[in-house]
Amino acid sequence: MPSTTTPTLTVHVLLFASYADTLGFDSVELSLEAPAKVGDVLDRLRVLPGGERLPPKPLCALNLTHVGPDMPISSGDELAILPPLAGG
Amino acid sequence: MTVYLTESPLDLGELLASVQSPERGGVACFLGTVRNHHGGREVLRLDYSAYGPMVEAECARIVAEAESRWQVAVALRHRIGRLEIGDAAVAVAAASAHRDEAFVACRHVIEELKRRVPIWKREVFADGTVEWVGSGAAGQPDSGTAGQRVSELHVTGALGGTTR
Repeated sequence: MPSTTTPTLTVHVLLFASYADTLGFDSVELSLEAPAKVGDVLDRLRVLPGGERLPPKPLCALNLTHVGPDMPISSGDELAILPPLAGG
Repeated sequence: MTVYLTESPLDLGELLASVQSPERGGVACFLGTVRNHHGGREVLRLDYSAYGPMVEAECARIVAEAESRWQVAVALRHRIGRLEIGDAAVAVAAASAHRDEAFVACRHVIEELKRRVPIWKREVFADGTVEWVGSGAAGQPDSGTAGQRVSELHVTGALGGTTR
C-alpha cells in the first residue's frame, strides 16, 4: 500500500574537539527527508546556535570512512564532522 | 586484531619487536613527542582526544596500504589523554629486508596518519590559554564540552522543514 507520509531517515551525528565546543554538544540524532546527502546534514547543523562557524567544507566521515558532501546517507548511518586533524 | 590507540605510555621496544624478523635487516622508526613550544609560546602539556573507532579503521587501512605497496612489516600506535612535555604521542616502526623500504614506509605511514586519522590535541600554554591545534579557536581551561550529549534535538519544526 503506498504511504502518504514523506519518507524520512535518521542519522547519528558526532561532533569532536573544537566543533563540539562551538555547537555545545558532541552527539545528536537528526531526522531528514529522504533521500539526503552529507551536505544536507551540514545545512541542518549550520542553522543551530554556533553552527554558522562551521567551515564551508568540513572533513566528514560516514560510518568510519572519509566522504565528501555529495555522499548519500542511509537511515542509521553515523556521520562524524571532523575538525582539522592534529594527530602526531 | 591490532589496537592502534592507547591511553598508556608507548613502548617503542614492543613495537620494534613486533616487526623485526630474521629476514628483515632494516628497521626504521619514528617517534613523535610533545614539544614545549608552539608559535613562539611556551606549551605546558597537550590533551589528546580521538574518534576512537575511526582511528582504528583508518590506521588499519594505512598500515595495510603500506604493507601492500612495499615489502615491509609496519607497527603503529598513538597515545591519547593528557601528555606531558617529552611524552611520546605517536610511534611508527617499519622493518624490511633493506633500509630504503623501511625508511620510505615509515615516513609514508606517519604522513598519512597526520593527514587522515581523526585525532585532535588541545595545547595548554604557560599563559593559561588553551587552544585546539589547527582550529585557530582559543578557549579557557576546561571550557570544553567533551562528554556532554544531546540524545534528541528536535530542530525539524524550527527549521521549517517538516518531515512528517
